[in-house]
Amino acid sequence: MTADPHPALELSGITAGYERRAPVLRDVSLTVHGSEAVGLLGPSGCGKSTLAKVAALLHRPYAGTVRLGGEPARGWRHRAPRAQRTAVGVVFQQPRLAADPRLTLAALIAEPLRATGRGREATERVRELADAVGLGGDLLDRRPHEVSDGQLQRACVARALVLRPRVLVCDEMTAMLDASTTAALVTVVEDYRQRSGAALLAVGHDRTLLERWCDRTVELAGAGGGTDGEEVRSAPRAPADTSAG
Amino acid sequence: MSQDTATTDGTRRPLLRVRELTVRFGMRHGRRIAAVSDVSFDLAAGECLALVGESGCGKSVLASALLGLLPANARTDGSALLYGPGQGTGLDLLAADEATLARTVRGRRVGLVPQSPAAHLTPVRTVRSQLAETVRELTGARGRELAAVTRAAAERAAFPVDHLDRYPHQLSGGLAQRAATALALVGDAPLLLADEPTTGLDRDLVERTVDELRAHTDDGRGLLLITHDLAAAERVADRVAVMYAGRVVELADAGDFFGEPGPRHPYARGLLAALPERAFTPIPGMPPELDALPDGCAFAPRCTRASAECARLPAAEEGVACHHPVTGARPAVGRREGSEGSKV
Ligand code: SF4
Repeated sequence: MTADPHPALELSGITAGYERRAPVLRDVSLTVHGSEAVGLLGPSGCGKSTLAKVAALLHRPYAGTVRLGGEPARGWRHRAPRAQRTAVGVVFQQPRLAADPRLTLAALIAEPLRATGRGREATERVRELADAVGLGGDLLDRRPHEVSDGQLQRACVARALVLRPRVLVCDEMTAMLDASTTAALVTVVEDYRQRSGAALLAVGHDRTLLERWCDRTVELAGAGGGTDGEEVRSAPRAPADTSAG
Repeated sequence: MSQDTATTDGTRRPLLRVRELTVRFGMRHGRRIAAVSDVSFDLAAGECLALVGESGCGKSVLASALLGLLPANARTDGSALLYGPGQGTGLDLLAADEATLARTVRGRRVGLVPQSPAAHLTPVRTVRSQLAETVRELTGARGRELAAVTRAAAERAAFPVDHLDRYPHQLSGGLAQRAATALALVGDAPLLLADEPTTGLDRDLVERTVDELRAHTDDGRGLLLITHDLAAAERVADRVAVMYAGRVVELADAGDFFGEPGPRHPYARGLLAALPERAFTPIPGMPPELDALPDGCAFAPRCTRASAECARLPAAEEGVACHHPVTGARPAVGRREGSEGSKV
């Protein structure tokens, strides 16, 4: 789909964590190409969420390189250059922790546009995205405490897409959601990915879901499993039947 | 045949008998939220009933109602009778005062396995100290006996004894859940109420957690498992109650529901078909707002079987509240048929 020779997202030799002497990830590498959907599986505590934050430029690794479209990341969190920060959209597991409680859903979705000085596009973009994620009626005028987790997560997905990111990181996006909302939000993300050629890194623990959703899944070993110097192990997609039971 | 009918003459008393349980929240500007409407079910000792539905369907409000933990703006109707030894008439959990609930019900007759163990555990105290306090309170154990009973309580929930001196933030999600489960089991309560006990856990841990909860029904406890995780429900439930917009729309034997002939209510059918191991197709639209429910069936705007009749509220018949329930065998649709983009 894309002629870009560089992978959309390239993590090489990432060592990261919250204590320098006991990192949760050691020397982990992972590549996601444009238009590709990669599922990252692993038990809790294996560092997959940390890797998601590193990929989203939200957590600075102790060692290793993150490249976006071939460009090495040059900063983290608010210090990331705007062009890189806005190239990655991210959705987390818990919408309530990820949403400013004072904003209406419409303002929440438009937040990244405003933060990058593109507030004028907000009305139209918000309308488009609200349609796509199925937020109708007066839901857009409500604040987070006035909507359900599923509705708020729909808004968070819309927010992640508002700047048309080239890389989308979904960290346990559907872990709190029911089956129908899960299928609905995965459909929204997939529609976007197929139209835009964006790369997707979907992090989660639900093998059945990620194998159904993604082109391929890779697995991070557990923290106790001796991850030292280990690369992410890639696994082919399971045959359709194995998870159909 | 079903356990809910076996109890009507009183010969086989359930552990918990809920009848027409209704919860309304009064909000500002005269808004009224119909969180739970006319919910009835029985739960027998040794049985696991899974209450499934999406967030906001009322299942967690129902749990709070049973524990007397609703906020002050809630009004309840109906009854929830908890039976026990020497309690012929049962204790109505909806009518009991806070002192009774605090002293004799919560922890002693109803054990709560909470949704968010992190919020349930005190962050500044070790697991041992919290567990010991609960043990002391509920069993009266002291000194060396207290230490031993505390260890036993940890073991019962498969919480590793060598982690007892850790603080909650030093535990993985799975271990925090076990610590909370250990607390819930201390009082030997005959009814366990698990409110989304597996949220955010790995599949392996989900399975282990629900298996462990299920194991506690083998010694005669009743387990009300409230979850949005259908796979978890399928794994351990004897019966399933599906909630939609505050009502139980289907109450079925778990085998019939997850296997053949499958769910009979269109919503329940759609919910199962949305699973990634099935068709992975969402039900179009979203649930209605609970402060503006239609007079008729709340699922009608999303239902492919809806007709003019559905403007009337369907009564629950044989466990299904629907004017046009699905009958007969499961149609070919619904199981992994290759729709566009379903990449299997
Ligand atoms: S009562 Fe009518 S609208 Fe409601 S679920 Fe049944 S068929 Fe659909």
